Amino acid sequence: MHNLLPLFIGIPLGAVFLGLIIAKLWRGVGDLFAFLGTLSLMAFSFCLLGHPPFIYKMGGWIPPVGINLVSDGLSTFMLIVINTVAFLAICFSLKYMELYTAKPKYYALFMLMLAGMNGVALTGDMFNLFVFLEIASIASYALVAFGCEHEELEASFKYIILGGAASAFILLGVAILYSITGTLNMADMAQIFSSGKINKAALFALAFFTMGFGVKGALVPFHAWLPDAHPSAPAPISAMLSGVLIKVLGIYALTRIIFNVFGFTPTLGTILMALGGLSMVMGALLAIGQDDLKRLLAYSTISQIGYIVLGLGLGTPLGIMGGLFHLLNHATFKSLLFMSSGAIEYSTGTRKLSQMGGLNKRLPVTTATSTVGFLSVSGIPPFNGFFSKLIVIIACVEAHQYIYAGVAVFVGLFTLLYFMRVQRNLLFGDLPETLKGIKEVPFLMCLSLVILTLLCLGLSFLYPLMSKTILVSARDALLDTSAYIKLVLGG
Amino acid sequence: MRGMTLIVKTVVRIVSAFIVLYGIYIILYGHLTPGGGFPGGVIVAAAFILIMLAYGKEIALKRFGDRSASLLDNFGALGFLVIALLGLTGGYFFFNFINKGQPFRLVSAGTMPLSNIAIGIKVLACLYAVFVALAIFGRAVHRVERGDLKGGEER
Amino acid sequence: MIVYLLTLFLFVMGIYCLVAKKNIVKKVIGIVIMDYAVNLFLVLVGYRREGVAPILLKGMDRAKFATQSVDPLPQALVLTSIVIGLGVLALMVALCIRLYEKYKTFDMSEIRRLRG
Repeated sequence: MHNLLPLFIGIPLGAVFLGLIIAKLWRGVGDLFAFLGTLSLMAFSFCLLGHPPFIYKMGGWIPPVGINLVSDGLSTFMLIVINTVAFLAICFSLKYMELYTAKPKYYALFMLMLAGMNGVALTGDMFNLFVFLEIASIASYALVAFGCEHEELEASFKYIILGGAASAFILLGVAILYSITGTLNMADMAQIFSSGKINKAALFALAFFTMGFGVKGALVPFHAWLPDAHPSAPAPISAMLSGVLIKVLGIYALTRIIFNVFGFTPTLGTILMALGGLSMVMGALLAIGQDDLKRLLAYSTISQIGYIVLGLGLGTPLGIMGGLFHLLNHATFKSLLFMSSGAIEYSTGTRKLSQMGGLNKRLPVTTATSTVGFLSVSGIPPFNGFFSKLIVIIACVEAHQYIYAGVAVFVGLFTLLYFMRVQRNLLFGDLPETLKGIKEVPFLMCLSLVILTLLCLGLSFLYPLMSKTILVSARDALLDTSAYIKLVLGG
Repeated sequence: MRGMTLIVKTVVRIVSAFIVLYGIYIILYGHLTPGGGFPGGVIVAAAFILIMLAYGKEIALKRFGDRSASLLDNFGALGFLVIALLGLTGGYFFFNFINKGQPFRLVSAGTMPLSNIAIGIKVLACLYAVFVALAIFGRAVHRVERGDLKGGEER
Repeated sequence: MIVYLLTLFLFVMGIYCLVAKKNIVKKVIGIVIMDYAVNLFLVLVGYRREGVAPILLKGMDRAKFATQSVDPLPQALVLTSIVIGLGVLALMVALCIRLYEKYKTFDMSEIRRLRG
């Protein structure tokens, strides 16, 4: 159990390089390594589930001198989300990527992105966070441009320019923090800051971090790359990008730094809530007039990330629990929606809503799963979106933030509005003449869609169990900084 | 990409061997003097790129093509990962498990020279492969913008 | 003190180049200037007045060396960061070449198919 943690980074990296070597002889090895790798990682992440928190010293060097991997409640939660969505995306892409060429390179880039995300979720060292963030980001820049058409290259170019500028800001923040505290270990920095030494230079570094991680996590003044990049990527990569990448690289890293390193104060909470509120409103307003299905889903992502950041910015235990639960739910239903749009594109060959309609006559499984996805994201009970949005709204009211609660309710109704319009036009209605001969998608793609649908329904029923086990340990890991310091430095 | 004049070809034939030797020195002595895997790998890759610039693309690709470059690249990275995983025998990932010897000698400091060599191989193959990929692709761009320029022009 | 301000001024020059120029290759150069300015800042963080280079030679006294040398940790961080910058630069240049092949121009205001 103790040696399990470096395998989260070692297995995907091994799959990348070994897969690329053997792919010169046998092309199908990429499928095999990706499937086995993500299956084993998902199993390992569930093994960590009930385990008390522990750290792993890389190379035997004790902290604060060495780099250490920390497995506490929040890291375990993020690892489960990342690896499960990755496994389902690989199941989907076994058939879907037949549409593209160079499949071994696709699997290599995918596993590299997965290694980077696992590294960000596990690490306890500030510069190591930056290195893994860059690994995941560079892999995702290449994956967005995977089919080299006009629009995909343009979207990837916008993404790489904004992402590169954000990485420069994050590195500048790390440099300033190193010059103030003299160490790179997050727990050591937390100890120095908790004894009351947050001066103006540290707040300057925090501003850079907000800008940098805000670009990576697509919060609203920094969201401009997302509506171009997420539609242009292949569908399983859109599911990974929207479902986990922006949450791990943006939201998780920012909240880990704000809550555990700097210590949460009401001012920081107000900043997070303002960013969250702005994201919710702008995402919903811009999503209304969209013609392209995946672009609509991308704007909806911006809006839902606003809910997560609003919940986390409240700082109260119920708010953080609501934010984390909405993170889990959004990972499931947004990946479901993107993969359904990929299935629709695989069958019909187009993404424009104005050219499609009445798909329920020909594509039964895809229609059922898409309907569940649309109902979940709109917040209809008994699906999981309803419960997490309700918890965030109740937490806002409890913390006397009535304006934000009202905005959240309003945006929820708006989301319901445009998704119901999409669902009615896309799935029900008349089938156009050009689409009379389409068939259902292959079995493996259906399998991923059905598993995610069951998760969407099951998570709302599992909530009472989860609220006492996973979510509580994740919330306590964020709220209780002294426990984090004692875990890393005291043990 | 055409080659260059006779003077450049003669000088490159002599000098490139010394550049490769210097790069290998920087890689091997990485645990004693400044340098290490990455700068040494860049220097050796620069020597190969110099040969490609001086002699032209076809001759250079016949000797060291893009398929062998990407294969060597993957072997270097796999070697680095194997060294890190073998550290698990000492108890921790990345542990320095070989006997560390006496300081200031060439064969000392455990796994550090081996990691340097693995990274050196990866970086030299990787930078050469990137240059080859850009050179092979750039030809289509030049044909587009120059139209019908005859092949005898040197630049 | 002046040195750090000059490094941050170089960073702002990189941002200016990124924002104000329309050629995509110049935007790439802007990102590279920003990256190298941050690397320079990070190396300068480790400076110690009247310090020696952090290379331990054969006859040196270790305790005196530890108090006298400049901080070697930022130098290791900068090595890593230069490699990362190189990776991003290679990918950006490859994207520029592919964009030129598809759109036949380097001007960013004409590469605007994705809108709204």
